[in-house]
Amino acid sequence: MSTIVYVNTNKGNVNKASLEAVSYAAQMGGEVIAVQFGDADSSELGNYGADKVVKVALNEFQPDQISKTLQKAADENGADTFVLSHDFSGKAIAPILSAQADAGLVSGAVALPSGDGTIKKAVFSGKAFAHMKINTPKRVISVLPNSIEKKEVGKSAAESSMDAVAASASLTVKEQKMESTDLPLTEGEKVVSAGRGLKGPENWGMIEELAKELGAATACSRPVSDMDWRPHHEHVGQTGVAIRPNLYIAVGISGAIQHLAGVNQSKVIVVINNDPEAPFFKSADYGIVGDAFEVVPKLLEKAKEMSFND
Amino acid sequence: MNILVCISKVPDTTSKIAFSDNNTKFDTNGVQFIVNPYDEWYALVRALEIKEAQGGKVTVINVGLADNDPTIRKALAIGADDAVRVNVDPQDALSTAKQIAAHAKEGGYDMILCGKETIDYNGSQLGGMIAALMDQPYISYASKLDMNGNTATIERDIQGGKEVIEVATPFVLSAAKGMAEARIPNMRGIMAARTKPLNVIEPIEASNATEIVSFELPPAKGDCKYIDAENPGELLELLRSEAKVL
Ligand SMILES: Cc1cc2nc3c(=O)[nH]c(=O)nc-3n(C[C@H](O)[C@H](O)[C@H](O)COP(=O)(O)OP(=O)(O)OC[C@H]3O[C@@H](n4cnc5c(N)ncnc54)[C@H](O)[C@@H]3O)c2cc1C
Ligand SMILES: Nc1ncnc2c1ncn2[C@@H]1O[C@H](COP(=O)(O)O)[C@@H](O)[C@H]1O
Repeated sequence: MSTIVYVNTNKGNVNKASLEAVSYAAQMGGEVIAVQFGDADSSELGNYGADKVVKVALNEFQPDQISKTLQKAADENGADTFVLSHDFSGKAIAPILSAQADAGLVSGAVALPSGDGTIKKAVFSGKAFAHMKINTPKRVISVLPNSIEKKEVGKSAAESSMDAVAASASLTVKEQKMESTDLPLTEGEKVVSAGRGLKGPENWGMIEELAKELGAATACSRPVSDMDWRPHHEHVGQTGVAIRPNLYIAVGISGAIQHLAGVNQSKVIVVINNDPEAPFFKSADYGIVGDAFEVVPKLLEKAKEMSFND
Repeated sequence: MNILVCISKVPDTTSKIAFSDNNTKFDTNGVQFIVNPYDEWYALVRALEIKEAQGGKVTVINVGLADNDPTIRKALAIGADDAVRVNVDPQDALSTAKQIAAHAKEGGYDMILCGKETIDYNGSQLGGMIAALMDQPYISYASKLDMNGNTATIERDIQGGKEVIEVATPFVLSAAKGMAEARIPNMRGIMAARTKPLNVIEPIEASNATEIVSFELPPAKGDCKYIDAENPGELLELLRSEAKVL
């Protein structure tokens, strides 16, 4: 068995979620061919289990072209499985690959295929899981970011390059608005999030500082981004992005069901709220009933003392 | 513009999720069904706005059985001109995409709009599959769509940011927040929806590429451990030594 892994890059780095996809493929067994789009240091790909790295000099996000190039790499290597990350890139590419290869797709896998070949994924906005079987000879699996353990195997992969396949269905990219943060929300292992309880955008300084001390990304509830207190890409929940960090700290957020839909798969949830009846406490692992304006500065002081950031 | 909007029927967000038949079936007892929010609020409403600005027609399509008809009528009440229902119970994304593509190939649509994902199976799959089956460009997670003649200017989410792209019709996109403001159907719309055409067509032959073998509910959350607000520093100690996430 051979597996093609789609690897994407951002600002000259391989995305962390792509490393997880490589590790997922390696843990499934068989030969792993990582196809990397865009220029970046690829030495980590072997470390996480790639046998071969194929570099493609295509910097634009052209889903049709990327899918056809991955398909060609699969044909050349006799691969029958594609693995991608279920991030914005993978969500565009995986379904195209699936239809092109007539291969069943399980999107958002949270575990390796189990003994009976079924793959577990979250459904109903994180309120349940489904175990899915792929019936076709070829298969496509996209892996939910931050849901599997990456394993270092210390291989070094043989590198080659290939040209991107010309595509019929191309787009013209006019403008890019990349986020200035170094830590995209969907890749953060730790997230500090705040809601309407913070009263106004001027009070976010302590949230940003705490996040920085903990090495965390920042997020917010929907009304906060609707009121433009915070940028839209920070909005988590059913209508915003869904995240699955190891640690989610929610400050002044009530815990409405639509908010929970985006964060309920976090491994550890901490809720800080001055209302002991706030529904969020029902989903929390740790809770502090108190005023954010008193609790957060104290946390910040303690975090500095414990210095997590080095 | 001749626009096709794909609509899915999903349980209301606040539904209690339970399973029957030894965890193999979703228990629909007492569940309210709605049009998938992204399909309704963003894809359908933006399609209607484009039609209102430059003329044309908006058709909604659903793959499903007759019990989906009330949900389809809701989309007609909001303003779609007509509806197509492919009469088969959707079990898998690829086969469902093939049903929609089979119709769309006959329909001569200028664009096909989907939602970014369904809130039940959370696939984010159909749009890209339909695009590939039609050999048309796919623009996923679009948050803005403006038409200028046959050229669309679209803002989409990509990993790490947003991008503005241009593409000529025909194309397929999946709609996310930002594209339009939700509309509430009015009485006139609801009355009119009763007599708008809802054409039921029979499915093509397409086997299921995937299937759900079983469901599982997450383990119940343990009790919340409370930390004294006077001494919140203890939280960080626990997160390090007990939860091991710091
Ligand atoms: C269809 C639909 C989709 C939606 N999608 C989303 C979504 O994707 N994401 C999302 O977040 N929401 C979403 N919502 C909105 C959601 O229902 C809630 O309204 C929203 O999450 C509430 O945001 P909040 O918790 O910040 O504000 P509030 O509900 O106003 O809660 C503020 C909280 O702060 C606490 N508080 C106040 N002062 C302090 C203080 N000094 N210290 C500590 N705590 C304090 C209060 O006790 C309260 O619990 C959606 C709603 C609908 C209908
Ligand atoms: N049964 C269906 N009939 C018509 N359109 C559908 C159906 N299921 C999903 N869709 C469309 O495809 C989008 C993505 O669905 P999914 O791939 O299931 O997340 C939805 O937002 C709908 O626009």
